[in-house]
Amino acid sequence: MATSDNPRIAALITVALVAITAGALITVSYELSRDRIAANQRNRLLAALHEVLAPDSYDNDLEASRRSIVAPDLLGTNDPLDVFIATHSGEPVAAIFTSIAPRGYNGPIGLLVGIRADGTVTGVRVTRHRETPGLGDAIELAKSSWIRGFTGRRLDAPALANWRVTKDGGDFDAITGATVTPRAIVEAVRDTLIYFRDNSATLFATTAGRDADD
Amino acid sequence: MIEQYNPLTSGLWRENPALVQLLGLCPLLAITTTLINGLALGIATTCVIVAGNAIVSLLRNRLLPAIRILVFVLIIASLVTIVDLLSNAFFHELHEVLGLFIPLIVTNCAILAQAETVASRQPVPRSVLVGFSTGLGFTAVLVVLGALREIVGRGTLLAGSELLVGPALAVETIQLPMSGLLVAALPPGAFFGLALLIAVKNFFDIRRTHAAGPSTEAEASRIS
Repeated sequence: MATSDNPRIAALITVALVAITAGALITVSYELSRDRIAANQRNRLLAALHEVLAPDSYDNDLEASRRSIVAPDLLGTNDPLDVFIATHSGEPVAAIFTSIAPRGYNGPIGLLVGIRADGTVTGVRVTRHRETPGLGDAIELAKSSWIRGFTGRRLDAPALANWRVTKDGGDFDAITGATVTPRAIVEAVRDTLIYFRDNSATLFATTAGRDADD
Repeated sequence: MIEQYNPLTSGLWRENPALVQLLGLCPLLAITTTLINGLALGIATTCVIVAGNAIVSLLRNRLLPAIRILVFVLIIASLVTIVDLLSNAFFHELHEVLGLFIPLIVTNCAILAQAETVASRQPVPRSVLVGFSTGLGFTAVLVVLGALREIVGRGTLLAGSELLVGPALAVETIQLPMSGLLVAALPPGAFFGLALLIAVKNFFDIRRTHAAGPSTEAEASRIS
C-alpha cells in the first residue's frame, strides 16, 4: 500500500482505500443479490395476491396489470394505491385492491381485497397492521380464520346497512377483546366494494384498451 | 483468586455484551419476541462483529487516532449493508420479519466497542476469537430471552424455524399447553426478561465470589 511520511496524507490514503474497498464490496454484493431480491419481492407479491384470488382463474400478468388509483374517501389514504386487474382471455375477471383501513386501533391497517367482476369478494387478507398482539391480531390468518368471513360476500349480501360487526347490529363476527379493529376492516372492505361498484367499468375498460394498444 | 482471562469464553459470561456491558440493547429488546428471531439477529450480529474485528485488526497499524472512529464506522456500516443485502436475497422472509433491525446492527455499540478495545490493539486471530466469543455471548442472550418471551408470551417455542432453515429442515413449532401472557410479548416483557437474566447472572457471580472468599469482594462489585 502507498505510504507517506506526512501522517495526515497517510491517514487520508488509509481512509480513501477503506472507502473505495468498502464501496467495491457493497457494489459486488448489490449486483449479486439484486436479481434475487427482485425475484423474492415478485414471488411474495404474487403469493399474497394468490391468497385472495385463485391462480387458475386468470391468465394475464398480474404484476404488469398494476395501476395506481387515488380515492381518499373510499380507499383510506391520500396516497395512490395499487390495484391489480386480473383478466382471462382478455375478459376482466377480478380486481385486487391494496386498500387501507384507516381507523385501526394502532394506525392504518393494510389490506388486500379481491373482488370478482360481478362484485363478489374473492378474499381479504391483512398485509400489515400494528394491532394489539393477542387481541386485534386475530385478523391475521395465522391467528384466526376471522378474515375468511368476507369471502363470497357482496355489497348487497348482506345489505349495505348490515356491513357492520355483530356488536353494532351487523352481520360480521366481532373479535373478543377487540372492537375497533374488526370495525375498521369491515368498513374498509365495504368502502372498497363501493369504490369497485362505481368505478369497475373504468378500471376494466382501461385495461382492455391498453391491451388492445399493445 | 484471579481468573485466567480466556478470550473464547469471556464474551459468553464475564464480559457478555448484553448482560455485563449492557450494549446493543435496542435490537436486543426489540427483536426477542421469539427464539428464532433472536437467533437470526444473533447470527447476523456475530458475522458483523467477527468480520469487523478481522478487518480493523488488519488495518490497526495504519489507524491514526484522528481517523480511527471514521474507519470503524465505515467498515461496520459496509458490513451491515452487505449482510442486509445478502439476507434479503437468501433469507427473504426472515429479512421481512427482522426488517429494520438488520440495518440497525450498525447502531449496536458492542460492535464499535469491540473494534476500539480489541481489534485495534490485538493481532487478527485473537481479535477474531474475542469477536466470535462476544457475538456468541450476545446471541446466547438473544436466544434465551427470545425463548423466554416466546414461551411466556405466546405459549410456543421454535415458531418460524422454516424462515431460517427452509421448509425442508424446519422444526415443528412446539405448542405448550398455555395461551401466553400478553405482557411478555410486548416491549415491557423484554425489559422484565432482560432484568431477570441479569439478576440470575449476578446471583451466580456473587455466590461464586463468596465461595471463593472475601478477598475477591472487589470482583463482585465490578460485576454489579
